[in-house]
Amino acid sequence: MVKSILIALLLVPVMAIASNEIKLDTAPVNLYDTISLQRGVRIFVNYCVTCHNAAYMRYNRLQDLGLTEQQIKDNLMFAVAKRVGDTMTVAMDKNDAKDWFGTTPPDLSLIARSRGADWLYTYLRVFYRDNTTHTGWNNVVFPRVGMPHVLHELQGVQVLKTEMQTDALGHKHEVQNLLLEAPGTLTPAQYDMLVADLVNYLVYMADPAKTFRIQLGIYVLFFLAISFVATYMLKKEFWKDVH
Amino acid sequence: MTDDNNQVDRGKRRFLIATTTALGGAATVASAVPFVASMMPSQRALATGAPVEVDIGKVELGTKLDVEWQGKPVWIVNRTKEMLATLPTLIDKLVDPGSDVLQQPTYCKNLTRSIKPEYFVAVGICTHLGCSPTFRPEEGGPDLGPDWSGGFFCPCHGSRFDLAGRVFKGFPAPANLVVPPYRYLSDSRILIGEDPKVA
Amino acid sequence: MNNKMSALLNWVDERFPLTATLKAHLSEYYAPKNFNFWYYFGSLALLVLVMQIVTGIFLTMNYKPDANLAFASVEYIMRDVSWGWLIRYMHSTGSSMFFVAVYLHMFRAMLYGSYRKPRELLWIFGMLIYLCLMAEAFFGYLLPWGQMSFWGAQVIINLFDAIPLIGPDLALWIRGDYSVSDATLNRFFAYHVIAVPLVLLGLVAAHIIALHEVGSNNPDGIEIKKHKDPKTGIPLDGIPFHPYYTVKDMMGVVVFLFVFSIIMFFIPEMGGYFLEHNNFIPADVLKTPEHIAPLWYFTPFYSILRANTFNFLWVPAKLWGVLLMGLAVIIFFFLPWLDRSLVKSVRYRGQFYKTALTLFTISFIVLGYLGTQPVTEIRTVIAQIGTVIYFLFFFLMPWYTKIDKTKPEPERVRW
Repeated sequence: MVKSILIALLLVPVMAIASNEIKLDTAPVNLYDTISLQRGVRIFVNYCVTCHNAAYMRYNRLQDLGLTEQQIKDNLMFAVAKRVGDTMTVAMDKNDAKDWFGTTPPDLSLIARSRGADWLYTYLRVFYRDNTTHTGWNNVVFPRVGMPHVLHELQGVQVLKTEMQTDALGHKHEVQNLLLEAPGTLTPAQYDMLVADLVNYLVYMADPAKTFRIQLGIYVLFFLAISFVATYMLKKEFWKDVH
Repeated sequence: MTDDNNQVDRGKRRFLIATTTALGGAATVASAVPFVASMMPSQRALATGAPVEVDIGKVELGTKLDVEWQGKPVWIVNRTKEMLATLPTLIDKLVDPGSDVLQQPTYCKNLTRSIKPEYFVAVGICTHLGCSPTFRPEEGGPDLGPDWSGGFFCPCHGSRFDLAGRVFKGFPAPANLVVPPYRYLSDSRILIGEDPKVA
Repeated sequence: MNNKMSALLNWVDERFPLTATLKAHLSEYYAPKNFNFWYYFGSLALLVLVMQIVTGIFLTMNYKPDANLAFASVEYIMRDVSWGWLIRYMHSTGSSMFFVAVYLHMFRAMLYGSYRKPRELLWIFGMLIYLCLMAEAFFGYLLPWGQMSFWGAQVIINLFDAIPLIGPDLALWIRGDYSVSDATLNRFFAYHVIAVPLVLLGLVAAHIIALHEVGSNNPDGIEIKKHKDPKTGIPLDGIPFHPYYTVKDMMGVVVFLFVFSIIMFFIPEMGGYFLEHNNFIPADVLKTPEHIAPLWYFTPFYSILRANTFNFLWVPAKLWGVLLMGLAVIIFFFLPWLDRSLVKSVRYRGQFYKTALTLFTISFIVLGYLGTQPVTEIRTVIAQIGTVIYFLFFFLMPWYTKIDKTKPEPERVRW
């Protein structure tokens, strides 16, 4: 019984992909969800900062997320020599990285601003097994990407299946579907949630002042609204002279 | 047109002018804040100037280790028993033998100007004009005279300090060397830049 | 207290015409009383200029004009400098809002014929300011040293390549290297922070002096100086700039700052129109972004550049594109002499001018939109039509403004 359900689950297409245009999934970003951001940074330092820098992000800035310096030091900083005011950099040699991945892993400080949250959210969920690439992995939104699927133990292994389908008008279409071939330690829903947390963090990190900026903006607009009333009345009063 | 007829409500005008001036003034002050604040040390400067952890176990007896803290040289001298013995003998020759001027944290206002007697921690900048004095532990010597019992000598203007960083009388430097806040993390590790935690 | 102040003022006035200057430009500068919405944008442009200078000065305190450091120094400002993000967003939002104010200010001049005699020189100073502003924006856009900065500069500088004979050498001279590089960045920094702003300030002063010499135009396009009070010599339809227009402009400033703040605090990227996504990737000589577009304020001209796909009269398409783009900007200088209408203001013009101005405005906006989009066949055709309309507006102006059926202008301003 359990086994048949599992098999049924695996056969459900995880994602349907039209052959020409790839539709991105909407990332559930919420910068006010501190818990999600805390989970996100945890995933980030565990899986991403092994190869990628976030050279503009200082560890102590994570206090924005409601963490104390001691918590940051104890739970998020793995390089012992580092100080809490240091930026998130990796000790990996640039040339080594180039040898291993064919390219230097990009700095992730601003990745959410250049790629967009939706792209990241989709990208991290559409890796599939491909023996023709040198990492053994390929990606639907970033074909032949140099990065292997770092999170595959969590997500499991997906494969890309191409099928010919005939639509209502009788035209034949190539339809590609991602199928989960071997499950990971997380269910698909849990995995989506994990990626959502990670992307949420990436969005925060790309513009850490954002929530404060919005808060301040509301005060400023409020002040300007009052100023408008005052200047409008002043103008009205003086222009009574003009006949 | 602008003939000042009697319809003009001068009181209302004055009130509105005062209101807008006050709002404008507040806006000006408020918008000046970010600009002024932006010139304070940045997060990078603060991170670089953060407390420095030093392993003092490797400082050999009678030698000095230099570390950088907030862009300044900080010395750590592991003083021998003989060196410490010179300190009480110099009282008459010093400007401020009791360290009454606040050049050190209160927990270092003692004879050795340190937490543990043997380890002397000080900012290596002369209180005269900011040169960094040299460490001259040897007694006597051709240039410093036979009375020299070891200490620091500033090459710029000749100020002299003893092995607790106290300035000698008759030299240009006005005050003892500055002792930075520091605390012991363990027997052999100190953290420069942070006061000891109050138990 | 008051006595001391006036004594001090006297002391100054004997040595410097302080009171006289303030009078001439504020309290005794008589402006028409019928200014409408369109007349806010001059003072607003001045406000943005001041903001750009102040924020710019503070940005230079932390910015590093070095190809290896520039990108990181901008992020340093955004993250490590206290309030640096605010100063930077103010500057980036300001640059776009500067163009918003200036375009609306220019459109006002076209609505009410503000460039017509005796304001030709005023218009020319204004156009020179506009050119400076374009240069300033172009040089400044390289400084963050992102992908769009780099490739945008690369593309624009390569336009000079199209100039016959001297083109390639000229492009090389502008860059100071074989491609956009550290040398280019460093000199663009010099232009952006000192050379162009100096010229700009001088031109703004000239613009204001010229304005106060000839007096402001107004929505009716008639001269208020024709009807003066015989006793005082003050125009009957004029009111002193201070306090009437200072209080009115203050109100305008507050509204403008409200809009400005909405953008700066909530949507500083403006969906990629004010800060482009690709510019958050450091410049990479080896990788061109898939789609390069200049910032929105240049896109109408960029569209005209791209619309030229024909080789014509031994002149290659690229050169035609460059020439037409240049002409599209320069042709504004000639407006005072192209316009032959009997009246200045659109209020009293006939259908021909109204139609022409409407078509021109639409083509300008459409060209602007197309300039932000990747090229397709249909878009190129639309851009070509737009380009034709754009130029016909100017080339046919002497004809259609002359035969246009105008209405009689009123003697005094409508109020």
